[in-house]
Amino acid sequence: MRHDISILIIGLLAVLTTASIVAAILSARAPKPLSSTLVNLTQRINAWWVMVALMTVAFFFGRYGLTILFALISFASLREFVTLTHTSRRDHWVLLGMFGIIIPFQYWLVWTAWYGLFVIFIPVYCFLLMPAITALHGDTERFLERIAAQQWAVMISVYCVSHVPALLTLDVPGFEGRNLLLIAFLIIVVQGSDVLQYIFGKLFGKHRFSPTVSPSKTWEGLIGGVVSASLLGALLSFVTPFTPLQAACVAFVVCSMGFLGGLVASAIKRDQGVKDWGHLIEGHGGMMDRTDSLIFAAPIFFHIVRYFWTV
Amino acid sequence: MNRLSLKTFTLLQTVTSVGLSALAWVVTGVRPIWNGSLPSDRQRIYFANHTSHGDFILLSACLNEKERAITHAVAAGEYWRKSRLRRFIAEDMLSSVLINRQWTKPEENPIEIMLSVLDQGHSLILFPEGTRNMTEEPLLPFRSGLYNLSMARPQVELIPCWIENMSRVLPKGQFLPVPLLCRVVFGAPVAVAPGEQRRAFLDRAHATLLALNPRPERDD
Repeated sequence: MRHDISILIIGLLAVLTTASIVAAILSARAPKPLSSTLVNLTQRINAWWVMVALMTVAFFFGRYGLTILFALISFASLREFVTLTHTSRRDHWVLLGMFGIIIPFQYWLVWTAWYGLFVIFIPVYCFLLMPAITALHGDTERFLERIAAQQWAVMISVYCVSHVPALLTLDVPGFEGRNLLLIAFLIIVVQGSDVLQYIFGKLFGKHRFSPTVSPSKTWEGLIGGVVSASLLGALLSFVTPFTPLQAACVAFVVCSMGFLGGLVASAIKRDQGVKDWGHLIEGHGGMMDRTDSLIFAAPIFFHIVRYFWTV
Repeated sequence: MNRLSLKTFTLLQTVTSVGLSALAWVVTGVRPIWNGSLPSDRQRIYFANHTSHGDFILLSACLNEKERAITHAVAAGEYWRKSRLRRFIAEDMLSSVLINRQWTKPEENPIEIMLSVLDQGHSLILFPEGTRNMTEEPLLPFRSGLYNLSMARPQVELIPCWIENMSRVLPKGQFLPVPLLCRVVFGAPVAVAPGEQRRAFLDRAHATLLALNPRPERDD
């Protein structure tokens, strides 16, 4: 498995180096001052170097590293989500519970591979108990809106995100001890699809996919990005339990989910009147701006692998 | 009139200041928005809206290390001198300037105490509402301190600072902060115009600070 991970890391470094060189050449040739698109491109690529470095460190520490990393990603995402939504002073204890109890407990369930509770803790127990606690605090103003936002916040940023490290708990026959590669496959394909959609959109984008939701998403970007990312998935089938055709199909499904995740995230941002979720990642926006696609893709990928490839 | 002699930071104050700024970043990801002024080590009075004990921590986390070492929050003596522990936190750890809102003896005159700090070349963080705002109003009317200080030391810049979201992070009466993203918006300096009356100036400073709120509709 070390061997496979090394190949993936070398591949990523090659792609990033190429991207940095291309950006440098484009910037050198472009008229000064540089357009905001070019400045942003360089920022994005620089941020990718940092993100790939952090991911590599997390992979090096295996199960520990990835569980902690994704718990932190949940923390940053939840913080961005709750900041954007309406909360009341009386919601203090529920909000504290989301950060102080729900995140640690959900990742403890991942760690101990307690599948039965992992899948229902947030959608059943938290779903019922959070509004009950909110009601007990007595403030009914915009009540439904507040409890809906609380539920969405933990579903999106804790429940969905926790499905990434949960891939380590699956028993795929003939694939023992190699589950880290499932995570690598998912992240590379979904994030690769985002990047490819961005490239195809910038190069060929003409027809807006949904002008009212996201002005930057185009049909050309969507089709070019998802098709090429599916091919990338087929290319990476050697690190997975899938055949190349299966890998392409799985990649197609998760990239399509990723696209929908980005669309839903855009709709929420537009509704709340902001452009980005936050400012954690230079050039990209907040954590949620980077993870929105992964959030929609991870649970579906988890259940596809669990249903078709585990016993 | 040096009633309060200020020294450079002790080790404890440096450690506290670095630690609290790091904590502020972990909990709130705080970042400054310089909207009309820029970071500078010139002498200033930062005046801000006040909803929680965390306000001054957030504001000073947005300053650089050099500024932080000479910037003192003005805090209520009645509250922070109530016990030895509070006094230790306010004076020995945070190097706050304590003033009494109800004062009788001339040496307790808050304006004189604040002026003595300014005369030693240091900067102040001031909450001109005079108390933590727990009402539905986004900003309470200002007390006169800001006007008096500016009249006495016109060379000191008055920088309005809007602290966003802190009332949601740490509502009054709560001890544990909820992690939410916060920003501090630093506006253009305000100064008393020639012949401007006290109330007119205070209202104008009030309006300037209120106008910095990046998301007024979100105030709850």
